[in-house]
Amino acid sequence: MIKAILIFNNHGKPRLSKFYQPYSEDTQQQIIRETFHLVSKRDENVCNFLEGGLLIGGSDNKLIYRHYATLYFVFCVDSSESELGILDLIQVFVETLDKCFENVCELDLIFHVDKVHNILAEMVMGGMVLETNMNEIVTQIDAQNKLEKSEVRMESALGNEGRKHDHELCMMCSFHRLSFSITL
Amino acid sequence: MVVPSLKLQDLIEEIRGAKTQAQEREVIQKECAHIRASFRDGDPLHRHRQLAKLLYVHMLGYPAHFGQMECLKLIASPRFTDKRVGYLGAMLLLDERQDAHLLITNSIKNDLSQGIQAVQGLALCTLSTMGSAEMCRDLATEVEKLLLQPSSYVRKKAVLTAVHMIRKVPELSNIFLPPCAQLLHERHHGILLGTITLITELCERSPAALKHFRKVVPQLVKILRTLVTTGYSTEHSISGVSDPFLQVRILHLLRILGRNHEESSETMNDLLAQVATNTDTSRNAGSAVLFETVLTIMDIRSAPGLRVLAINILGRFLLNNDKNIRYVALTSLLRMVQSDHSAVQRHRPTVVECLREPDASLSRRALELSLALVNSSNVRAMTQELQSFLESCPPDLRADCASGILLAAERFAPTKRWHIDTILRVLTTAGIYVQDDAVANLTQLIGGAQELHAYSVRRLYSALAEDISQQPLVQVAAWCIGEYGDLLLEGSCEETEPLQVEEEEVLALLEKVLQSHMSQPATRGYALTALMKLSTRLRGDSNRIRQVVSIYGSCLDVELQQRAVEYNTLFQKYDHMRAAILEKMPLVERGGSQVDGEAKESKEAQLSETALVSTEPQASKLLDLLDLLDGTSGDAQPPPPLDPSQGGALVHLLDLPGAPPPPPSIPNLRVFEREGLQLNLSFVRPSGTPALLLIMVTATNTSGADVTHFICQAAVPKSFQLQLQAPSGDTLPAQGGLPVTQLLRVLNPNKAPLRLKLRLTYNHFGQSVQEIFEVNNLPVETWQ
Repeated sequence: MIKAILIFNNHGKPRLSKFYQPYSEDTQQQIIRETFHLVSKRDENVCNFLEGGLLIGGSDNKLIYRHYATLYFVFCVDSSESELGILDLIQVFVETLDKCFENVCELDLIFHVDKVHNILAEMVMGGMVLETNMNEIVTQIDAQNKLEKSEVRMESALGNEGRKHDHELCMMCSFHRLSFSITL
Repeated sequence: MVVPSLKLQDLIEEIRGAKTQAQEREVIQKECAHIRASFRDGDPLHRHRQLAKLLYVHMLGYPAHFGQMECLKLIASPRFTDKRVGYLGAMLLLDERQDAHLLITNSIKNDLSQGIQAVQGLALCTLSTMGSAEMCRDLATEVEKLLLQPSSYVRKKAVLTAVHMIRKVPELSNIFLPPCAQLLHERHHGILLGTITLITELCERSPAALKHFRKVVPQLVKILRTLVTTGYSTEHSISGVSDPFLQVRILHLLRILGRNHEESSETMNDLLAQVATNTDTSRNAGSAVLFETVLTIMDIRSAPGLRVLAINILGRFLLNNDKNIRYVALTSLLRMVQSDHSAVQRHRPTVVECLREPDASLSRRALELSLALVNSSNVRAMTQELQSFLESCPPDLRADCASGILLAAERFAPTKRWHIDTILRVLTTAGIYVQDDAVANLTQLIGGAQELHAYSVRRLYSALAEDISQQPLVQVAAWCIGEYGDLLLEGSCEETEPLQVEEEEVLALLEKVLQSHMSQPATRGYALTALMKLSTRLRGDSNRIRQVVSIYGSCLDVELQQRAVEYNTLFQKYDHMRAAILEKMPLVERGGSQVDGEAKESKEAQLSETALVSTEPQASKLLDLLDLLDGTSGDAQPPPPLDPSQGGALVHLLDLPGAPPPPPSIPNLRVFEREGLQLNLSFVRPSGTPALLLIMVTATNTSGADVTHFICQAAVPKSFQLQLQAPSGDTLPAQGGLPVTQLLRVLNPNKAPLRLKLRLTYNHFGQSVQEIFEVNNLPVETWQ
């Protein structure tokens, strides 16, 4: 089982943190700090496995990490997972991000952290590996994004009828209506 | 006018624009205030945006609990955009410890049953991440229905959700077991992956399920074979291996099913051989599959040829350049070192090589494995390697390494001298990392090896002279010098280089230890006691020692002060007893060295308390014997006050109603015989006091020479009380002269089995004799 997935940069700033077991907020932040501390001390040409820190519990847990440019991807797993398999999983995750974001870089992760969560949710669910086929994942994400966009379009098409909206929404609606009339 | 709220990206820009931590906090607090106001006003349109910002802020570590109710509202909204953010918020902000989490159960239920698969997917995802036991119970049937849905996307998510549910509520296994067989026929890899995970979970939890699923082994074998033999398929392959994740999972499940089961193991044999030989390991994916195969082969009842193949694969991996592969190889070998010890032993040289790795993870694994591989035939070589590792390893591994070496030395030491050498070397290299009992163990070991006393004391002296900072080493050295100081000074020892040591040097060294700021209080105690002991061992005068001891009489440390004062008293008032008290310690029982220290303490306490002289030496030495008999460490209580007068005994006897012996008479016991000197015990149980036993010790001498300075002492277990009356004399004339008698009064309130140890010292035929022995064959009537 995967206990946690963390992404942080070379200075320890968290870019994504997902925990699959309940921890309090303080503990979560402590885990992020401790993991960064352990991982940043590692040399470049050592193995990608670390025995887990004290917080995330027990001698059963390992930290499996990969360093891509300015980001560390760290998966904290217990002994039931294959270590080399998780290394491959991290690779698949990063490649999927690459496909979804077109040459992903740290800024993409910073500004679209909710999208990263959505992508991750298609790969790992409840601490278990759900899907590893990149195409499947990307297809699903595209379908969901389309669903979102069509909703926005529908609402703006409905426009002023019976909806409470503020000044900004008026502006947004008119803008969309413009573009809609063009495409239609 | 409502201020337009920031979009998430804009907020992130602002936060990144902040130059200091304080500025960032300010920006975030301002925004959180806006968000809180927006939540209060109940603005449905921008709720999702506000929550998204809140979640971002939460990731950075700021409080976000006020968003929990908003998650609920968003989940209940019909819009997909809202639901998406709402469910994400639920996963990040809610968990089973908050009461609010139960409120989303209803929403999840609705979302599971309506038809849009994206929405169903969201609900299942959230349920599997933060679903509590109650939620799982409520929603189990819904999830079960979804297992049969046409959409493979929903089905694969439902299967994994089922795994989570079983983890939270094991009784639900009954619901989720039946669909598994059918799900195995799926072609969709996602569903297969989930199903294998589900079956694995079921089998791990219940032996009945395990038995049930052994039926599917042939099918699993078929699936795996298809994966292995199909050519390159773009769909699921990673570096040329088709769906290694699924392969690894299947292998893991096969391992669980084949364990301890001949039939299943046999079904898998061919396939495992095929996978083991055909997998391309040039890339990580192939190696992952191969490792899993090796673990499975070793765990099931596989053919011997296959096992050999597996171990050889691991051996090959140990030599691989890729550090990850070496790490996993070491981990796998560690798992099998118990069951296939000899096979793993063959790779010992390579494992030892890995000790020298700069990579801390690798060297830690190598250390664990090396310690597990030490046995009686390779102990010398391995200890050598481990010791050189100890000198250079990172600090967090030192404690483990040191205790590992000491343990291995204890189990497999070929000779005592080697054992002492090894411990000495560990103490010199990593003294501060050893555990507390190492000192006790070493003193006990040295004490027991009489032939090595001279050798030990010389080596310890040299080590101490070089370095007085390692506390365990200093403690042992001080103790040794104190005990065997005379051996240090006299003559030479063949086993070490000739070392000419002057008395003054020894004293100076001990004083240095006493005064050094590096010495802990316990160490100082050892040094002071050692100095005292040397006062009897050394031939020169003890003025220097007296001076030092008297200085410490006003030391601030209470423990040292007490010792110094008592030793001072020993010099002044009881000088004639000093030799007897400070003589060499007898061999201690295991765990008894602490007791010796305490026995000495209570000895001194006794000294300062009572003023009586004649029975004191007997009493104090008695304590030694008392504790020896029990062999357990604990508080050494001073013995009950002795009644020295003979008259008292007579009076007591006369007090008994009627002088004749009680009805059951206990047979006499001859306990000792040597060169004409015999010792007999006779027992009397007065009827009035059932707990009392009177033992009359009679010593007779039938030899041709007198026995002089005859002293008999006794010791009994702690639960007893013992009183020794004064003996009738201390000389046994030759040729059957008047015997010496002594009365022992033993109180046994608990009716515990009686054990008696006797110590005799006397002069016979011009030689001084000391005998210590336990009395066997004590008749049961003495204590029942």
